[in-house]
Amino acid sequence: MLYALKIATRYLTASKAQTALLVLGVAVGVFIFIFMSALIGGLAEFILSRTVGDISHVTIEAEDRDPDILIAPGGALLAVIERGRTRQATLAEAATWVPLIEAVPGVVAVSPQIGGAGFLTRGAQVAQVSVTGLEPGRESAILNLGGYMVEGSERLGSGTILLGRRLADDLSLRLGQTVRLQSSGGVATVLTLGGIYDTGNGMIDASGVFVGLPTARTLFALPQGVTRIEIRLSDLNAADTTALRIRALTGLDAVPWTDGAEQLMEALDAQAQTGYFLKSFALITIVIGVASALLLSTYRRRPEIGIMRAMGAGRGFVIFVFVTQGALIGLLGGLFGAAMGYLALLPFPSRDAFEPGTLPMDITQGSYGLAITLTVIGAILASILPARAAARVDPVTAIGQ
Amino acid sequence: MTALLEVSDLYKTFGSGEAETRVLRGLSLTLAAGEMAALLGPSGSGKSTLLTILGTLMKPTSGRYEMLGRDLVAADDRALTEFRNLHIGFVFQFHNLLPDFTALENVVFPTAVREGRETAEARARGRELLVRMGLEARVDFPSTKLSGGQKQRVAVARALMNRPELVLADEPTGNLDRDSAMQVMELIAEINRDEGTTFLISTHDEKIAGLCRRQVVVGDGLVTG
Ligand SMILES: Nc1ncnc2c1ncn2[C@@H]1O[C@H](COP(=O)(O)OP(=O)(O)OP(=O)(O)O)[C@@H](O)[C@H]1O
Ligand SMILES: [Mg+2]
Repeated sequence: MLYALKIATRYLTASKAQTALLVLGVAVGVFIFIFMSALIGGLAEFILSRTVGDISHVTIEAEDRDPDILIAPGGALLAVIERGRTRQATLAEAATWVPLIEAVPGVVAVSPQIGGAGFLTRGAQVAQVSVTGLEPGRESAILNLGGYMVEGSERLGSGTILLGRRLADDLSLRLGQTVRLQSSGGVATVLTLGGIYDTGNGMIDASGVFVGLPTARTLFALPQGVTRIEIRLSDLNAADTTALRIRALTGLDAVPWTDGAEQLMEALDAQAQTGYFLKSFALITIVIGVASALLLSTYRRRPEIGIMRAMGAGRGFVIFVFVTQGALIGLLGGLFGAAMGYLALLPFPSRDAFEPGTLPMDITQGSYGLAITLTVIGAILASILPARAAARVDPVTAIGQ
Repeated sequence: MTALLEVSDLYKTFGSGEAETRVLRGLSLTLAAGEMAALLGPSGSGKSTLLTILGTLMKPTSGRYEMLGRDLVAADDRALTEFRNLHIGFVFQFHNLLPDFTALENVVFPTAVREGRETAEARARGRELLVRMGLEARVDFPSTKLSGGQKQRVAVARALMNRPELVLADEPTGNLDRDSAMQVMELIAEINRDEGTTFLISTHDEKIAGLCRRQVVVGDGLVTG
């Protein structure tokens, strides 16, 4: 109703200072809402990227099958099973699975790997290491090795090995020097140090080594197949569903990263809950502020409301005038608050460049539209009580002849 | 002359028990179309009460009220709101104009609220009425910046906006000096003469009452003369 809108805007512009304060109050609420959204969203992003950004999102491990037990006919048997030290469980048809998995939507990279234990020997020094064979050309598919190199290159040629900085320091190895790697199965080979990395992860830096897949095949006597397939997704949160899909497609036991990450998920969940809680309070503050301001205005304008009613304005018209005021305040405060929030978030580094010690604000997660929508809805709800009070004004007592 | 409105056996009692005030006690009154009547009576005699009941802003405790053939006692709020808008104009003593609006915006309100917007026709009629009230130079003035007499003339123009059959004025000149009061009354008399609009005007002023062709006197809750 155009005319009710005109009267509502006139009421708002008639007391400019009061309206400005009210809009500012709403804007601060919206600002807090947006700030909290950006902080909680950014924090979750930050924590996830620090904890699982660099690990496999869905992993398929070869199952260690226990040997069959032969039970003597008619007799009880006590079997002590010792796992073969050299026996490796394998995903024999890895070559067939990889292209299939790569075609699953949301899969960014697939890395077939051979993993095992070994000893690194240089002169008299020996270090126990965990060996991972990566397909040359896919060195950075999961762990961003390329990004962590401090010396040399992550390219894994034949006869090349990559070490963490801690391990290289422990063995006083320098780029281009050779080192002897012996697998737990006893196969040994001599490799050249092609690169040194620093991932920040103590385990990987101190006891992990990377070799090319062909080298790993020789070391672990696996002419074909792999022991593990690691899969990286575009969306971390899609791990559960994508794992199910891969399982259905290949029949392999695809495990999402969320398995075993319950504590992390709980922590993130609690953090999100805190965010909702604070945001709800911001909204409640807005609703209370708008309601009380409009109720006051209703009271102050009683004589006018009485005149309008006497002149033939219906109750619905009066309600519309006050609800429109609420909606306008919500919209103005929402837009203003969203603009303030955006401007306040601009100086924070983008999500790819979070620096330790600063708040990991994510300007893209400000929920601006949601903040404005909820504020307008909240302000409309807040204006219903004052609007009804206004519509109930008795013209006779209000005009007070 | 045909009767515009007829009230009979009107009772209005405020409060109950100790605080009970019986203001109207079986009052009957008929106003013919085109009449210009003064409503007289001592303070507290129920003039304002009668006007608000006639203006459908308040229901009587009992009694009948018919205007233009409609039973206005039985009608609901929605119907009465529409009826008021179309058929009854008001001029009050205080609190007459909407303070955040100009003279013209005040005048066109009764039409705009019905049509949902301020049409060009409505504005033209509002302007014409203001000119007629001698307020040509005050059309777009904020209503709060008008003098008392100017405010009451704007109120009269607004009361006439929807061409109502009846205009109820409760001490319209009570706040004005003699000259302004006479000016407002002369304009009312002119409208009554030219357009045949019925006026019922409460006043304490014998001179003002003298400008009306009929005097209705209330006392003891009844019309006494
Ligand atoms: N809402 C109300 N509640 C209780 N009593 C009321 C109410 N309205 C009016 N009265 C009483 O009714 C009586 C008549 O009041 P009313 O205002 O109609 O008188 P009036 O003739 O207009 O007086 P005045 O000339 O002073 O304006 C008064 O005694 C007043 O106190
Ligand atoms: Mg009175």
